[in-house]
Amino acid sequence: MLALTDYLTLGAILFSIAVVGIFLNRRNLIILLMAIELMLLAVNMNFVAFSHFHGNLDGQVFVFFILTVAAAEAAIGLAILVVLFRNRRTINVNELDLMKG
Amino acid sequence: MGFDKLVFYVFAAVLVFAAVRVITCRNPVHAVLFLVLAFLNSAALWLLLEAEFLAMTLVLVYVGAVMVLFLFVIMMLDINIAEMRAGMRRFAPVGLGVGILLVIEMALIVRSSAFSPDKVGGPMRNPADYSNTKALGSVLYTEHVYAFEIAAVILVLAIIAAIALTLRKRPETRYQDPARQVSVRREDRVRLVDVPSEKRG
Repeated sequence: MLALTDYLTLGAILFSIAVVGIFLNRRNLIILLMAIELMLLAVNMNFVAFSHFHGNLDGQVFVFFILTVAAAEAAIGLAILVVLFRNRRTINVNELDLMKG
Repeated sequence: MGFDKLVFYVFAAVLVFAAVRVITCRNPVHAVLFLVLAFLNSAALWLLLEAEFLAMTLVLVYVGAVMVLFLFVIMMLDINIAEMRAGMRRFAPVGLGVGILLVIEMALIVRSSAFSPDKVGGPMRNPADYSNTKALGSVLYTEHVYAFEIAAVILVLAIIAAIALTLRKRPETRYQDPARQVSVRREDRVRLVDVPSEKRG
């Protein structure tokens, strides 16, 4: 019998994989954005699991809005990435240090 | 092991494997494809949780639009893959340590007695004619209509922001600017030049 803790553990594992991804991929800005999407996926998994086990649709409504905001954020983040690449010709996070004092 | 538990473990295993491959891939295109795999498997898990509309939305919107957008951007940028290889090993021990710590801490909370089946209750089994889309729609357009409208505004905002950031004006296209046409002065257009007349000869 599947329990709530199974789904919550899965969400926790996904979230920490995404955090490790941010640690490992400081060179590549695109993988950073993808790690953020993974984090949002983990949170969505938690919400849907709670919605199912509480018999309440509120969790699913919230996931609906999280998906909306995540799509908007991905679009704007990629637009920033494109403009950055046009000006700097690099997506290496370590080389984005023009404002460093 | 029941059938649904087996299905859960299969999809969860592929999901975790795909997530790990996303962050360890050198090639960004491979990473995007593994992320697509992760989303598809999580959509299958959401089907197990009887959230059909959200599972379909994940596949259509997230995989079909957002991941395709990622692929477009990756293909457009000329990324030097060889440069990306170095540097990952430096942060690997710290990253893995933090990750394992995070999993242990979260698992301690999640597996505590607060979320045990007797506290939370069994899952809600819907009748056979249950339509998740209909139920979500009846809640979304009545109770949460304000948030729904705000979500629509956020999407318009994303469109405007993305276009405003990346729009380039092509220098060779010519277009009329009526404000400039109206504000022109005679001195900018006409210049009287004194030319000596030719001698007859």
